[in-house]
Amino acid sequence: MTKNTLLYAVLVAATVAAPFLFPSYTAFLATLWLFIIVALTWDMTGGQMGYNSLGNIFFYGTGMYTGAVIAIGLYFPVGEWTDASRSEVFSVTASQYYTGMIIGIPGAGLFCGLCAFIIGPLFFGLRGPYFAIGTLGLAIAAGEIVSNIEWLGGGQGISMPHSPLHPDFEKVLIYFLYAGLGVVLFGFLRWFYSTRFGAAINAIRDDEEKAEAMGIHTLRYKTITWAISAVFVGMAGAISAFQLIHFEPLETAYQTINLGIFMVVCVLLGGKGTLWGPVIGAVLFHVFKEVTWNYILGGQWVALGLLIVIIVVFFQDGLMGYLKHVRPGWFGIKVDTKGATS
Amino acid sequence: MSAIIDVSGVSKSFGGVKANTDISMTVEEGGITGLIGPNGSGKTTLFNSIVGYHPVDGGSIRFEGQEISKMLVPEIARLGLLRTFQQTRIYGEMNCVENMLISLPHRKLSIWDAFRRNTSEDRERAEHLLDFVGLFEKRWLQASSLSFGQQKLLEFAMALMNEPTVLLLDEPTAGINPTLINGLIDRLRRANTEFSITLFIIEHNMRVIMNMADTIYCLAHGQMLASGKPEEIQDDQRVIDAYLGAH
Amino acid sequence: MDQILFNIGLLIEYPMVNLKIVIDGVMIGALFALAAYGLALVWGVMNVKNLAQGDFVIAGGYTSWFLVKTGWLQSIGISSNIVALIGVPVAFGVMAAIGWVIYKLIITRVIERDLFTSLLATFGLAIMMAQIMNLLFGSDTQSLKLDYETLYFADGLIDVPIAKLIGVCMAAGLALAVILFMKNSRMGQAIRATSQDSRAARVMGIDTEKVYAFTFSLNAAICGAAGAIIVMVWLIQPFYGITYSVRAFVVVTAAGLGNLPGVIAAGLGIGAAEQYGGHIFGIGYQQAIAVTLLLIVLFFRLLQQRRKRQALN
Repeated sequence: MTKNTLLYAVLVAATVAAPFLFPSYTAFLATLWLFIIVALTWDMTGGQMGYNSLGNIFFYGTGMYTGAVIAIGLYFPVGEWTDASRSEVFSVTASQYYTGMIIGIPGAGLFCGLCAFIIGPLFFGLRGPYFAIGTLGLAIAAGEIVSNIEWLGGGQGISMPHSPLHPDFEKVLIYFLYAGLGVVLFGFLRWFYSTRFGAAINAIRDDEEKAEAMGIHTLRYKTITWAISAVFVGMAGAISAFQLIHFEPLETAYQTINLGIFMVVCVLLGGKGTLWGPVIGAVLFHVFKEVTWNYILGGQWVALGLLIVIIVVFFQDGLMGYLKHVRPGWFGIKVDTKGATS
Repeated sequence: MSAIIDVSGVSKSFGGVKANTDISMTVEEGGITGLIGPNGSGKTTLFNSIVGYHPVDGGSIRFEGQEISKMLVPEIARLGLLRTFQQTRIYGEMNCVENMLISLPHRKLSIWDAFRRNTSEDRERAEHLLDFVGLFEKRWLQASSLSFGQQKLLEFAMALMNEPTVLLLDEPTAGINPTLINGLIDRLRRANTEFSITLFIIEHNMRVIMNMADTIYCLAHGQMLASGKPEEIQDDQRVIDAYLGAH
Repeated sequence: MDQILFNIGLLIEYPMVNLKIVIDGVMIGALFALAAYGLALVWGVMNVKNLAQGDFVIAGGYTSWFLVKTGWLQSIGISSNIVALIGVPVAFGVMAAIGWVIYKLIITRVIERDLFTSLLATFGLAIMMAQIMNLLFGSDTQSLKLDYETLYFADGLIDVPIAKLIGVCMAAGLALAVILFMKNSRMGQAIRATSQDSRAARVMGIDTEKVYAFTFSLNAAICGAAGAIIVMVWLIQPFYGITYSVRAFVVVTAAGLGNLPGVIAAGLGIGAAEQYGGHIFGIGYQQAIAVTLLLIVLFFRLLQQRRKRQALN
């Protein structure tokens, strides 16, 4: 126990100190936290509950737009703000910016949670591949529809209010927003998976029909789990909106083949259905990506597709799955070695 | 005693195959009711109809006076009407204690209770019930590493953990080592008396069912052939014919 | 909103416009049906849900486009119109080879695994193919502008380019050939046997590994030919693949596996529905409509299943 506490204390201290020790890597570390957040939330449904979504990016994009609409809409008419041909210049004061941030980020989370809560009962009738394809369809459809809504800036996207901070400080602020959200999420999941609720979603993953026959409120648990994960992804999306200054619907917000698939790859790489797996996977993937990206100019995306195929085909259980296989004792798994009797 | 499950005039067909035709029967509260019949006579179909796996074509099913034939599986299970599977279903990746803890009666948990950890009483109850079925020694083993018979016992213990009012058991002794069957009969009886769970059992083993049940129903070709006390069923020429293949 | 109402009004005022939309929809729908038939084949035989289906279509399109653009055949005196037609069997052959290689490298390793594995592996494959085509051919939309004439009916309200007619006839011919092949050839019978019960087929001495490889290769070839037809009259672009995959899924989900008339009907219906959607909501919504149709079909099937108290899986 004390060993664990010490480990967590060291990690939190490192998280706080990192942007000051390595100022030139602040943006890199911020993105790393984003990856950790989306991987952990994907694993809530994909790894722990057995519902493999290919469309969780829907909540990221929706979070971005909600955050932007709140931050702008609090003080200005959104339609005029996004009107590309406008002549007047809106100026945003520092207090307006921060108020937009403070309300926009949680507001985006709540809105996304609400979305998941509403669409959950529809989508959770779909199982296996249909769920994956249905959610993928949701994300693509959302991106296409948003890019046709002029009020949200259409295909051009939205420019966020300008930060009153110096870019260097803004970077640190964004880093701490991500890191804070990530730490809260990790702590939450650590507790969440230890509750009866966590056990119930594991039961749904292992045998949903059995869970239903035992009277577990399967739909309720599935919907709430998805909604919680949507809250965190939505908040991460809103933070991204503030980080990016300008974003557009198809390539940035509802980036189905970008972040949308990264989160799945991170989880598979680290190990599905474990608490640390998504974190480790996110670190491995992000570092690998940053290190190799520049050396395979032009071919990055081909390499990404190849990486997905390789991981899925050869290394699907991930690092934690591999460790579970070679060292089951570490995970408290006992197998009857004497051979079954009776 | 009063009827806790009341099936009247239930029919179910799959495509052109009539699995159940106009079945009427009751399960008495607090008793042990048996359901027998040759292979393919529609026993499991009737079970599935009662617990809501498929909509019935006609007829009514009442549980504690409430019409349940239009309800879904989890809703029916939450009323306290539980079933075990012919092909045992347990959560293979988890150990026995975890399997037990997941089987807590979720119908009695509010959404806030679900956000709590299992209490030490829950654990004690789980271990007590594992002891009851004789799996205490194996409680930390992964459930998938148990033998088929042991998995059956585990599934039975999980059902008890759920504190059902009525438990539907689909062939509880199939696949169990014959030397252990007497112990299982004893446990089923104790579940009936000590935990006051009404049992409704599909069974092929005549010795077992004749020993345990108060009332037995016999199905053949999807129709109710005979019903009565074990002695009556044993001597019923129609039942004997059905089992020997006469028509 | 006004625009949408105006567009609907147009349909009522000029009934001939409906006919034009249906004709257009049925023409493109025939190609959706081809891609969907390939998907249903692979899905039914080896239980692989191929998300790279659309990218096979686009790759076939680029094969034919490349053949026309290089001008090798034109240099020996064949006109571009004919080269485009030759492109269809060429795309068929090239994609059959590529499909076989993909099967041997990837698909054979995911057949026995859970469904999400094959879905994700083919999704990765889809990303890879789209990006390779992007590197090779650039991200502009491409089409072969063939100098066939256009037929006009009903005072010019309905225009039917002959190229489209040729395309539809080739699609029908291809479909017919595949159906006859599946019915009469030994391999076709082996494929159908495997899709019904692969273990029984293995026991009966069918080399299922060979059947799988052939089926996947055939699927890629059908898609490739469909793509070569598409590039004659419609547009292709490296990243259009996913929409064709989605459409194929819509068709198969709506029609079910092993239901050939259903696949054709659903393909044509979805083609028409998309054209109507494009007409009413504007061309910018075309992709959105294709995907929204997927969601509608999924939820419709879900309601059907729910009546039987089953989930859609």
